[in-house]
Amino acid sequence: MSDAQTQLEIDREKGNFRYDVDYEFDAGTGLTEKTIDYISGVKGEPDWIREFRKDALKKFLEKPMPTHWASKDLENIIFDNIRYYLAQGQKPKRSWDEVPDEVKKTFERLGIPEQERKFLAGVEAQFDSEAAYSNIKEAVGKQGVIFVGSTEGLKEHPEIFRKWFGKVIPTGDNKFSALNSAVFSGGSFIYVPPGVKVSHPLQAYFRINAENFGQFERTLIIADEGSEVTYMEGCTAPKFDTATLHSAVVELVALKGAKIQYITVQNWSNNVFNLVTKRGLAMEDAEVKWIDCNIGSRLTMKYPGVVMKGRRARGEVISIALAGDGQHQDTGAKMIHAADETTSNIVSKSISVGTGRATYRGLVNVPRHLKGCKNNTECDALLINSNSRTDTYPAITVRGTGNACQHEASVSQVSEEQIFYMQQRGLTEAQAMSLSVNGFVNDLVRQFPMEYSVELKRLIDLEMEGSVG
Amino acid sequence: MIMATAPVSGVPLMEGALVEGNWPEWFVASRQRGWEDFQRLPAPAAKDEKWRFSNVKALALDGFRYPAAVTDASALVERSVGLGESAARFVFGNNRLLSATAPAADLVKAGLVVMTLEEAATKHADLVQKHFMAQEAKLGSAKYAALHRSGPVSGVFIRVPKDLIVEKPIEIFHWVEGENSAVFPHTLVVCERHSKATVVDCFRSADDAAAFVCGVNDLVVEDGAKLNYVGVQQWSAGTTAFHLNSTTVGRDASCLGMQVNLGGKFVRNESYSRMVAEGARSDMLSVNIASNEQMIDQRTFQDHAKPNATSDLLYQNALTGKGRTVFSGVIRVEPGAHKTDAYQKVRNIVLSDDAEANSMPGLEIEADDVRCTHGATTAQVDDRELFYLQARGIRPETARQLLVMGFFNTVLDRLSDTTLRGHIETLVDKRLATALRS
Repeated sequence: MSDAQTQLEIDREKGNFRYDVDYEFDAGTGLTEKTIDYISGVKGEPDWIREFRKDALKKFLEKPMPTHWASKDLENIIFDNIRYYLAQGQKPKRSWDEVPDEVKKTFERLGIPEQERKFLAGVEAQFDSEAAYSNIKEAVGKQGVIFVGSTEGLKEHPEIFRKWFGKVIPTGDNKFSALNSAVFSGGSFIYVPPGVKVSHPLQAYFRINAENFGQFERTLIIADEGSEVTYMEGCTAPKFDTATLHSAVVELVALKGAKIQYITVQNWSNNVFNLVTKRGLAMEDAEVKWIDCNIGSRLTMKYPGVVMKGRRARGEVISIALAGDGQHQDTGAKMIHAADETTSNIVSKSISVGTGRATYRGLVNVPRHLKGCKNNTECDALLINSNSRTDTYPAITVRGTGNACQHEASVSQVSEEQIFYMQQRGLTEAQAMSLSVNGFVNDLVRQFPMEYSVELKRLIDLEMEGSVG
Repeated sequence: MIMATAPVSGVPLMEGALVEGNWPEWFVASRQRGWEDFQRLPAPAAKDEKWRFSNVKALALDGFRYPAAVTDASALVERSVGLGESAARFVFGNNRLLSATAPAADLVKAGLVVMTLEEAATKHADLVQKHFMAQEAKLGSAKYAALHRSGPVSGVFIRVPKDLIVEKPIEIFHWVEGENSAVFPHTLVVCERHSKATVVDCFRSADDAAAFVCGVNDLVVEDGAKLNYVGVQQWSAGTTAFHLNSTTVGRDASCLGMQVNLGGKFVRNESYSRMVAEGARSDMLSVNIASNEQMIDQRTFQDHAKPNATSDLLYQNALTGKGRTVFSGVIRVEPGAHKTDAYQKVRNIVLSDDAEANSMPGLEIEADDVRCTHGATTAQVDDRELFYLQARGIRPETARQLLVMGFFNTVLDRLSDTTLRGHIETLVDKRLATALRS
């Protein structure tokens, strides 16, 4: 297959715009205790949160950068140059008309309110540090479902929020979870009461508008016994000359018999360091499923995990990563089996285009004296150009005689014969390539809601343009 | 120039590099550098990715000594029962040569060289200097490779000349004897163009004492040549052992390397195989039984430097008692190494609740037109299969042993020499019987 200039900018155009915004709140650059006092003060937070943040800052400063296994590119993040909190206002608007014009225009260009009207049960739109708009359909709200920003969740529903906040992902889990815990702002808080099945997805949309900015949203979803919810998040940022940091923490709690499906379609511009910690806790007969699609960013490090704490709990990670020129998608999954008869499934597909690098890093752990635990992992990588790169680093630990794990990974390229065959039937080489790549991820894309699978196919088409020839 | 160095029997391992023997100047200088490197290089730490899941606490070297000569050399030679027939046979004990059966006259006449490394360091200085530890130890044990280089290396140099086919295996025994003895076995094989040979290294303990082993083998398989190498490790239950293997495979050449681990307390196997020309093939195989509190820690690297080469790795572990295994392997395809066909598989069969299998198969691919796959499985003996055998009158423990041997046979069947295969199978079967009943 011949090398070619990839035209990765094309797909960025949809998100590559920004407006000049007069920010009412700005914590300035750099991170000290003063930054935390500023954020806590602006938000009017209780003392326990302020202390939580300060303790997290200590942990962040103490922890070394993970360089013994992680990409050296992390060393290029200059924490002192980042603005940790930027907002226009504190309270999210309930009506679209009240949203400031430049913010409204941003989300309208991205098609967010339109999607809400079409099929969503609720939507929250975060602009830099705070939710700009948050609404839930009346019918869903009446069922007792809470869907608000994390700041609001903390204030209005402390009895549920505090019980689970920071419990799935402890502050010191890693350097970036500590950073998020110190300066978090925005993100979603969702509570689904027992037995309630939210029929349509809830959606959040995260938008970085400002330069030299760090977005640190914090999401906590609790699905009470027997409930079901699907949450979808989308992310974009315009392209700046300087690097931008996105470091979220997402905690999911699926109580007995509950099901949470968390879908991410991330399309960051190629200056974004996307360093995210995501983990779910699944109690007895509960299920946590991560569907994760990573396109764009300069470096993504994200390994969604599930701790299967209750008997017969189930964890699943389905992921697609597309690494374009100069990008590194370091993604994977963690499955921690902590009860009998728990099962987990990981399916990961990656595509490396141009000088793009896709890495799968996995962890499966079955401790001793558990019985009937099963894990299946499949990783497939597709290389498009001769200078593309892919790596696979799974780590599987199994103890005891009652469990079974299997891992399989393969690396291949688009078959020249297949491309030739399609060209014979009138497709251009690029069309043939897109079709092949879409075929490669098709069985996973089918698991996405219709709107997302259409968008994904289109994004892949755009990414593949110019990758051949 | 030959330099004689002072004997150091009984000197603690951590105190110096010089040992007895007659070694040329270049070797003594290399040994001194090895000692300096050993002191300079940091000890592995638990957080080191190359030591993930391993037990770095097992690496304390205090107390181990360069040992005195074995007490009864002839008894050990007598106990060195292996294949029955071999092309040459060397027996070492506590770093010293105990017995040597040279190859038959016609093979010597044809150019086959099998001699101690010490003798070869002078007589075949060019070849030994060129290939002795030429590959850097990249898989985590550089410090221990340096220790080996500085230590009283004992072992064999084999040169199979161009076009010569050596039918019978060359057999080497390394014994360790005495409490806290440290031995440094080394095998250097150069198979020249279109030659063919089989080499079997047998590593054994003369008693139950704790020992330290730091072994290296360098295998060089030149264009069109074929080498089969089998290392059978049966160290005592108190032994800490390093076995660092390096293989270089040339154009249209092939190397089958098999590691059989049946003993030891902490055993670290590092196998680095580099395909340096088109058409090269490397088969990397291993059979391991980890029981009681044994840890078998294996790191492998299939390095594809050139296009159109093949590598195939199959490691199989059976774990009983509190046995632990670690497998960490990487298939690396360097930029431009197109048409690479590489495979890697580790299979674990866990036979007790306290056993632990860690698998880290890995891929690093920088060329697009390749076929690279890997897999890892961990499971236990299938109850239905056990039931089936028991229903036919086979006792449960025998049935279990049969099933695990069946599991191992997929690896052992890759040995085409039936005598060698039968010999290894007997050793594995015997060890398995003990492990399953412990």
